[in-house]
Amino acid sequence: MTATAIPFVDYLVLDPQPHLVANECTSCGAKFFDHRVACASCESDEFRKVDVATAGEVKAFTIVSLAAPGIPVPFVAAVVDCDGTSVKGNIINTEPDAEHVRLGMKVRLAITSVGFDDDGVEAINYGFEPV
Amino acid sequence: MANDDIWILGINMTKFGKHPDKDAVDLGAQAARAALKDGGVTMKDMGVLAAGNLLGAGSFGQQLQKAIGQTGIPVYNVANACATGATALRTVIMAVKAGECDMGLAVGVEKLAGAGLLGGGGVAKSDAKKWEPAGKFGAVGPVDGRIGTNTMPGVFAQVGMEYGHKYGGTSFDLFARISEKNHAHSTLNPLAAYQKQFTVDEIKNDVMIAYPNTRSMCSANCDGGAAAVVVSGERLRSLSGEQQRRAVRIRASVLTSDPWQEACQILPDVNTLTRNAARQAYEQSGVSPDDLDLVELHDCFATAELVHYDNLMLCPEGGAVDFFESGKPRRDGDMPVNVSGGLQSKGHPISATGIANVWEICHHLRGEAGDRQIENAKVGLAHVIGLGSACGVHILERSAL
Repeated sequence: MTATAIPFVDYLVLDPQPHLVANECTSCGAKFFDHRVACASCESDEFRKVDVATAGEVKAFTIVSLAAPGIPVPFVAAVVDCDGTSVKGNIINTEPDAEHVRLGMKVRLAITSVGFDDDGVEAINYGFEPV
Repeated sequence: MANDDIWILGINMTKFGKHPDKDAVDLGAQAARAALKDGGVTMKDMGVLAAGNLLGAGSFGQQLQKAIGQTGIPVYNVANACATGATALRTVIMAVKAGECDMGLAVGVEKLAGAGLLGGGGVAKSDAKKWEPAGKFGAVGPVDGRIGTNTMPGVFAQVGMEYGHKYGGTSFDLFARISEKNHAHSTLNPLAAYQKQFTVDEIKNDVMIAYPNTRSMCSANCDGGAAAVVVSGERLRSLSGEQQRRAVRIRASVLTSDPWQEACQILPDVNTLTRNAARQAYEQSGVSPDDLDLVELHDCFATAELVHYDNLMLCPEGGAVDFFESGKPRRDGDMPVNVSGGLQSKGHPISATGIANVWEICHHLRGEAGDRQIENAKVGLAHVIGLGSACGVHILERSAL
């Protein structure tokens, strides 16, 4: 049986519940969403996979009205503090305006479809939605 | 002037704006020749050349030599994003300070008019027919716009919003008023790309780019060049009284990169490296923020200017909103900031910016700033930041002669 869904990025894990996974430095605890040769914080070269909290708080956002071709605008880009780990993502499932999105707002991880490829595989991305 | 002092002997910036009839080498040559003339010297006096031009081909410095004088001196082609000009200047200062030569030339140029949106995925998205994970995040498509934003207006919007989340007091209106100040300042600067005063409402109602930054709150893409001649104190003493009187002493020259911080790879941390650079610059010079008569800081967006009031320690930590509201950073205030009009109206030809803001400070310290002269200016600070990140801070003092 072939896969019917693929995560948009490799640090998004879809099953059993969608969540993000970081590479955590075993020495100092710094977390990275991409591969590192050595830790940018302490130079150690040992990492382990850790789950990132799926609930968080918006600590910065912008409402992008001018973006690259193919990206629907306006959309909300944000930095979400997930229990001490900062995560970059869009705020989804709410109106993209300053009345509906606020600094300090509580949010949770949510998934959204990016579309299907020719084999019928659906790419699934993450965002954050208001709690 | 002590032997080991370092001075700016000559400096120039071109008019910023559209120069359709000039290429990067033409603009660089214009600025370099004018800086040499300003210092009363020629390429034959230069022991080193450092040059930056991000959007052009490599070996910009060598192309420049072919336009202004090939003397066989070492050329350093430098690149450090928006801090490229400051990096060229810093490179020459290091060479002179190290005693490798007693005079050198730094040049920065960019052709950026009509460049549009910078930083994001600038090409049309063509999602694959088959999802194939690629790149450092194993992404099956471009992440910009789908996982946050990499566009410069959006990144710096979040920088300002993050400050608001931490300390409170920010609003769309506040950021628009910061922009209003700089546009008002620009009306006195004939070299600015735009010299147009806007009301706060006009700024707020302009085309939205990335909330809270509207178009007039974003730095202006334009063409421009800037160049500076650096000289040792020992060599300066052998020059004329007029050259010594117009020379500007470099009290501090600092370049930093960003040390690791928890969120720095999610949203660039423009704060820590700027604070570090400022702290080092104040220590090197013995100058305190209260001693500064004017500051040119890197207002690439209105949201960025706010955080740098704090990072450059022009106010107590967390006090940037109060600092702005007090009126201090207006040109008639106690601590004029961006009397040139700043990047929002003067323009931001990337590699030229880090020398052009030093030129602005020098212009005032020499008492040559005409209608926008800050009276009796003795000490000033110039700051730039390039994402990635690099931060340059220079503290300058007028000649005692």
